[in-house]
Amino acid sequence: MAKDQTQGYRLIGTRPDRPDGLDKVTGRARYGADISAPGMLHAAVVRSPHAHAKILKIDATKALALPGVKAVITRADLPTGLTGEDWNLQENTLAGEKALYDGHAVAAVAATTKLIAQDAAKLVEVTYEVLPHVTDVDAAMAPGAPVIREGAADHSVPEGMHPNVVRYMDFGHGDMDAGFAAADLVREQSYKTEATHQGYIEPHACMAQMGADDRGEMWVCTQGHWYIRRMTSAVLGIDAAKLRVTPSEIGGGFGGKTTIFMEPLALALSQKAGGRPVKLVMSRSEVLRATGPTASASMDVKLGLKKDGTITAAQVKFRMQGGPYIGSSPVGEALSCAFACYDVPNVMHEGYEVLANRPKAAAYRAPGSPMAAFATESLLDEMCRELGLDPLKVRLKNAAKEGTKSSYGPTYNRIGLVESLEATMAHKNLLAPLGPNQGRGVASGFWFNWGGETSVSLCIGEDGTVTVSVGTPDIGGSRASIALMTAECLGIAYDKVRVNIVETGALGVNEPTHGSRATFASGLAAVEAAKQAMAEMCRRAAAEWDIDAEAVEWRDGAAHPAGPNAGKFPPLSIGEIGAKMGGTGGPISGHHEVTATTHGASFGVHVVDVEVDPETGRTTILRYLVVQDAGTAIHPAYVEGQYQGGAAQGIGWALNEEYVYGADGRLQNTVFLDYRVPVASDLPMIDTVIVEVPNPGHPYGVRGVGETGITPPLPAIANAIHAATGKRIRSLPMSPSKVLAAIKAQG
Amino acid sequence: MRYHAPSSVAEAVKLAAGTTGITRFLSGGTDVLVQLRAGMVTPDDLIDLKKIPGLHDITKTADGGWRIGATVSGAEMRRHAALCADWPGVVEGMNLVGSTQVQGRATLAGNLCNGSPAADSVPGMVAAGARVVVTGPNGTRDVAVEDIPAGPGRTKLQPGEMIEAVLLPPRGTQGGDAYLRFIPRTEMDIAVVGVGISLTLDGDKVVSARVSLGAVAPTVLLVDAAAKAIIGTTLDEAALAALATAVRAAATPISDKRGTAEFRKEVVGVLAGRAARIAYDRAKGAAK
Ligand SMILES: Cc1cc2nc3c(=O)[nH]c(=O)nc-3n(C[C@H](O)[C@H](O)[C@H](O)COP(=O)(O)OP(=O)(O)OC[C@H]3O[C@@H](n4cnc5c(N)ncnc54)[C@H](O)[C@@H]3O)c2cc1C
Repeated sequence: MAKDQTQGYRLIGTRPDRPDGLDKVTGRARYGADISAPGMLHAAVVRSPHAHAKILKIDATKALALPGVKAVITRADLPTGLTGEDWNLQENTLAGEKALYDGHAVAAVAATTKLIAQDAAKLVEVTYEVLPHVTDVDAAMAPGAPVIREGAADHSVPEGMHPNVVRYMDFGHGDMDAGFAAADLVREQSYKTEATHQGYIEPHACMAQMGADDRGEMWVCTQGHWYIRRMTSAVLGIDAAKLRVTPSEIGGGFGGKTTIFMEPLALALSQKAGGRPVKLVMSRSEVLRATGPTASASMDVKLGLKKDGTITAAQVKFRMQGGPYIGSSPVGEALSCAFACYDVPNVMHEGYEVLANRPKAAAYRAPGSPMAAFATESLLDEMCRELGLDPLKVRLKNAAKEGTKSSYGPTYNRIGLVESLEATMAHKNLLAPLGPNQGRGVASGFWFNWGGETSVSLCIGEDGTVTVSVGTPDIGGSRASIALMTAECLGIAYDKVRVNIVETGALGVNEPTHGSRATFASGLAAVEAAKQAMAEMCRRAAAEWDIDAEAVEWRDGAAHPAGPNAGKFPPLSIGEIGAKMGGTGGPISGHHEVTATTHGASFGVHVVDVEVDPETGRTTILRYLVVQDAGTAIHPAYVEGQYQGGAAQGIGWALNEEYVYGADGRLQNTVFLDYRVPVASDLPMIDTVIVEVPNPGHPYGVRGVGETGITPPLPAIANAIHAATGKRIRSLPMSPSKVLAAIKAQG
Repeated sequence: MRYHAPSSVAEAVKLAAGTTGITRFLSGGTDVLVQLRAGMVTPDDLIDLKKIPGLHDITKTADGGWRIGATVSGAEMRRHAALCADWPGVVEGMNLVGSTQVQGRATLAGNLCNGSPAADSVPGMVAAGARVVVTGPNGTRDVAVEDIPAGPGRTKLQPGEMIEAVLLPPRGTQGGDAYLRFIPRTEMDIAVVGVGISLTLDGDKVVSARVSLGAVAPTVLLVDAAAKAIIGTTLDEAALAALATAVRAAATPISDKRGTAEFRKEVVGVLAGRAARIAYDRAKGAAK
């Protein structure tokens, strides 16, 4: 669908080149590992080879004796007495009494070269007492499972459960018994999803420097440098204001770079090495072993359907592990997303968080929602088949809309699920003929989106060009989108606006680029800041013309007398006002800070055609369609990019990505050769349709678009494989061996 | 680590024979350098073969076969039209190795000597009846490809021995070969199962065949029973079924992160049938 020039905007909806494009294609852009400083040391991390082990002794004598080694740190170098998530973060940065997963950091070394640091890391002698371990979520809560940490559970957990069950929650509304009694068909099934990694191309990297006075500087590849500052200062016990954190360009994050993993190590090593800067760059294996994957899940779903497709009742029970610390798995989000697409009168959710000997989970694109969708959207598809109903019509019949009380509580504002379903039903891909061993699957998906803490400044230059300072790192093209909105608002050209991502000292606290919020929230704040600057420019014009400020209006990048009564003056352009501002009252800027709460949810519908080789179980994606509500697509190319990227990651999760643990609890597939993300040739060109139901809570109608797209692929592909083979796969990944076994089992 | 760049095979072999620690020859380096970077193998002596004149050539031998020098890359093989016409299966096995970048460096000899049971070029070479020219401190000998691997990561080459070239026999008339591998993705993966088949026809009938399997045993397999299953047939359904049964019986795979034993046994039979049909069609085409 052509989507340019919507709603009479001048710039919004166009596709100009991204401001960071030239630097990125020429290699000039500076990513995390590209930052260096004179006198810099290199760090390496000593990691546990055991999934669960007591650390009896750490002896760094030999490492320290190696020429070139400047510092070694262990947990003993970090402050004590932390609690809650701060303690979890510190414990994950450097293990204390026990190593809790394969790859858990135990010590870190700084040396004059990377090779010396790596050699020294091998010389750090750690004595372990290996303990029994558990990595599977169901096994971890079964009687007799090794206890990861006694007393880790909070008060929510029902009595009598295994100590690894650390959190319990339930919520819902309606009358479940009556709801299921009203159904013509009630079905109950269980589903499992494996953990997957965000798979960002750029590994974690940072450079840090801190002297004896605790004043520090950090350059970090991150989605949110204020989070880095807060978490790092908590882990090291220093004042947040003493740290200045500057974000680098970022090669992907998908949620995985909203937290710390090794950043405090670089800072602590620098301090111990007399204040020399320290660079720490992870290898791919370290990334896969020790940084945030998403949770793995085990899920039960029960649905009641009438013959006409009306959903009468819906119930889920989810169990999720997100590593060895409480609060890392997105159980609550998963439950809330489970039936968010539907208007369900009777709905009940129950969730358990379980500890396991796996890395501490981090956010991953719509955390929790893809797993939930895999379970609920698979079962709905199975039941539609059983009742002979069209799965898209059933989704439309039950679709949530404005005024619907959502399954997770609040009542929806204006949302675009119905419009997305209608656009899907009208798409040509639904008419494509299917051959033997081919099948079509559909599924819907949801993400809340997010607003959050946001602070933005905008300055008018002496030549009338505009600089916008934002605190949300640009991962998917947000600089271009924010420049478009600012230029639209000020009535100037796109390339007269430069958007910079600035360091922690330059703005109030900003949450990371997470929750699909950067274009929404920083964009909203930039527009508000632009309006302030505009008002000030009108005041300057009013003063020059000696008329009331109210009698001046801003239009086409210039101040104009508001009407014939205001007087007859030639317009004063932004450039003319900027050139004189030193003498007319000083610099002109705008600033806006807000905890944005007016974000709007984004719904999407995916349709996938697959072919399954009946002799090998291998699935080929033939055709893929993403339809999603963007609110307003500020820069349509980057909206489409988000849709396609979400689908690509979802396809990987559905088909081949998984954490493979050996019997020893060690991760077996720690490189991209064996951790199988899709390669370009695995995917067809992914078709997109941008639906635009503007979000009333944003000046230009923006909804977040980054996350919803990873939610429908898991069930859509399972549904398509069912259509192609007649076999239902209820656990991920749907790898060739699993699919072939299912085909063979049928006989 | 010591890096050597000898200018003759004799010098390379002399260097290798004189080392005491971990020694690696460096052809394309697409295994050696990756293993070095990953901290898996840090050689004490690295002997670069790429500066040796003559190791870089593809030449037709007197008997009508081919001699492929040890440092010839996959990309160079693909661009050699006459070699591709004779031994498409050998070339396609090599060309499945890695990506365009890897193809510019990776070699047959390196793929064989790295010792991976899943090495993609090896079943095709074995099926073709390829031999390698091995030179060491005690002179030069030639050895069947299937006699080089000793187990995962190990070869039967003696200390100081290196491969100078791969020799392919003359293709003759009415011959065809093919290599197929199974991977879950389309690229950049390691064979879960690999099958190389070479055969010759007399009219419609298979008169000779060699069937070789990769990734289903500790080393590449040459399965005589599988060849017998199709020799004397026109590759009809019964012959293909017998072929599948024979390769499944010969395979002794393990379950690992890349696939289950059960899956490998099943799929090796499927791929053998598909590879045989391609080889057969190529032989037919060659006959025209
Ligand atoms: C991204 C990537 C993808 C890959 N994909 C595949 C794939 O799909 N299939 C596959 O099979 N492999 C794959 N590989 C592995 C590798 O590319 C192949 O094994 C390649 O053929 C090795 O050849 P080389 O010349 O680079 O070997 P090198 O790395 O130079 O050497 C490999 C080994 O052989 C020894 N050696 C080299 N030459 C000689 C010689 N002349 N005589 C004696 N010993 C010798 C070396 O000492 C070393 O032990 C991949 C590698 C990478 C990096």
